[in-house]
Amino acid sequence: MTAAGGEPEELPIAGDDDVVRVRQLVRTYAQRVKLSLVNQTKLVTAASELARNTLVYGGGGVARIEVVTDGVRQGVRAVFHDDGPGIPDVTLALADGWSSGSGLGLGLSGSRRLVDEFDLDTEVGRGTTVTVVKWRG
Amino acid sequence: MERVPILEIGGVLLVSIQIDLQDQTVLALQEDLAQRISDTGAHGVVIDISGVEIVDSFIGRMFATIASLSRLFDATTVVVGMRPAVAITLVELGLTLGDVRTALNLERGLKILGEQRRGRR
Repeated sequence: MTAAGGEPEELPIAGDDDVVRVRQLVRTYAQRVKLSLVNQTKLVTAASELARNTLVYGGGGVARIEVVTDGVRQGVRAVFHDDGPGIPDVTLALADGWSSGSGLGLGLSGSRRLVDEFDLDTEVGRGTTVTVVKWRG
Repeated sequence: MERVPILEIGGVLLVSIQIDLQDQTVLALQEDLAQRISDTGAHGVVIDISGVEIVDSFIGRMFATIASLSRLFDATTVVVGMRPAVAITLVELGLTLGDVRTALNLERGLKILGEQRRGRR
């Protein structure tokens, strides 16, 4: 998988209006690679969950959005990064219904189901990076 | 922060969401609706989401919260106009809307509220 569209576009996540901006940017990219309406909606919904996690649990961070290619396939990759407290128990955090905060516990597990590729990289005390990809077709 | 307007028509509060909701707007709408139901004694709330492109867990939880709140004031909440792509995504996300009533469109939503009201008399 390689990046196709040059440098990724970066947005800060510092307030809940930024979560809306991330959604809008991800939708623009999803439309650019011509994802179906259902897949656009799934990717934007996942991005909304993950951007909120970055804000609420990571204490803010950044989102990076780009077009990626894999042979002839095109897709959208979205990376959510924070330098927050990290996740002590990844297995637990990925379980449905588990939440360390006031959420429903669907943020990570739910968004994982909405995308084609999902990678969680976290270290206690150092931060969390979640990378998701949605492919066209 | 934008606020979502609440209209009142024939004992029903009507909310049509036409903006990209940020979390603060969602929380404000919950509070505004509780206040308006209490002030007006409305018997029903219709939330029209035909203009909403995504419903994530935060927005989905708002529907359940508003439904529970309205029940405390003896009012029924119906969510109408969900787009097909939003419905598919909600199911895959794993979000259940609890006992929130849904209807295909505004007309059917109002019909449900009307029937319920007549049934109670």
